[in-house]
Amino acid sequence: MARKKQHNKDKEEATPASTSAAAASASAPTEEGGEAQPTAAVVAPEEPQPPPPEPHPPVEVAYCGVCTFPLEYCEFGSSLTRCKDWLKEADSDLFDKYYSEEALQAKIGTLSLEAQTKLEKDTAKKEAKAEAKADAAHKKKMASQITIKRIERTKRKFVTSIHGLEAFSIDLKKAAKQFASRFATGASVTKNPQGQDEIVVQGDVSDEIVEMIEGGVGVLKGIPADNIELVEEKKKAGGAGAGGS
Amino acid sequence: MFKKFVPSTDIAGQTPVKTSVQRSIRASVLSQWKIEPETLEVIWPKKETLIHVKCREHISIYTVHGEPIAFQHFDGPVYPTLRILHKYPYILPKVQIDRGAIRFLLAGAPMMCPGLTSRGGYLPPPDAALPAGAPVAIHAEGKEHAVGIGITKLGTEEIRKVNKGVGVETATYLGDDLWAVKAL
Repeated sequence: MARKKQHNKDKEEATPASTSAAAASASAPTEEGGEAQPTAAVVAPEEPQPPPPEPHPPVEVAYCGVCTFPLEYCEFGSSLTRCKDWLKEADSDLFDKYYSEEALQAKIGTLSLEAQTKLEKDTAKKEAKAEAKADAAHKKKMASQITIKRIERTKRKFVTSIHGLEAFSIDLKKAAKQFASRFATGASVTKNPQGQDEIVVQGDVSDEIVEMIEGGVGVLKGIPADNIELVEEKKKAGGAGAGGS
Repeated sequence: MFKKFVPSTDIAGQTPVKTSVQRSIRASVLSQWKIEPETLEVIWPKKETLIHVKCREHISIYTVHGEPIAFQHFDGPVYPTLRILHKYPYILPKVQIDRGAIRFLLAGAPMMCPGLTSRGGYLPPPDAALPAGAPVAIHAEGKEHAVGIGITKLGTEEIRKVNKGVGVETATYLGDDLWAVKAL
């Protein structure tokens, strides 16, 4: 009996190993093809058959880290100065290619001089505008309040609602999940009567949440402590009276 | 099409596509784009299911692994997304606009005929003329990569003849809200 078992086990061990090896050899070429490696290396192992038609390798496009456009289109974006600085840092060869004197000359060659100056003026204007916009957005963000509300459910039970996190570009779902696992209670994203999203956490955890936000735990980053507001909301007198003893 | 597109409010739902429907989409993509089956296999492997993202106004976006690869308006032609087009620039026929028009294209304007027929512009030669309603890659004078994807409103020969009004309607362009979406 034991011998048989041993035999079976051996067999089992043998098969997965061989299949996985086969799978590895089969998958390797496709992976390499996807990464646009030199194609010669890919064809080599299967020379006896006629080589299958090769997929075209994709063109590698360098994108700007600031405005996400392909590098040559940075000049039409709204952050040319920052794009230029970024590219100078990241890759000075490419910087020379796009912003050297000759490159600029070549570009101007196809346009009349006044059109060129007009374009430059427009770009500068656009840039200033975008900057002002970003500034205003930042100011607004810094001024927006986060309200943490303790709401009475029944006499001794509370829920805590947090409102205004999205202004700091925090993913509400992720934040709710974080609260739920931190306090081991339910936490959900709900719409309040005004139609805005807020997080509702079961139980009275308002003080802990303030601490978490101040400490910048997990996804709760970049919130100034001054913007947090603690509010308590009592149930209406009639409802509380009926529930009480 | 994607000048104003907010993923949180404009997406109605995401569903995996049935294999039979996938097959028909694959066939239509192969017939509409100038792409080899092998290359398409790299962009969209057969094993991977396509996700159909339904958006407002009958726009469908198709994603693989959350990355948008193509979109479609109602039953119209299937366009690749601009990022895919950058990687495989030959899959759509090319038209080119002159340098003066880039600014307007990046603001989402449709492309007027004179911008295509002027010295900086390019239209396919008469023996490769395109009919109206063909998806095209819009390139720009002096630039290497495509700046947008559009659909011809007039045939290319007609554009040359009329040389007035809208020639190519813009579907998506660099810096629009579809460009901003990297994953759905």
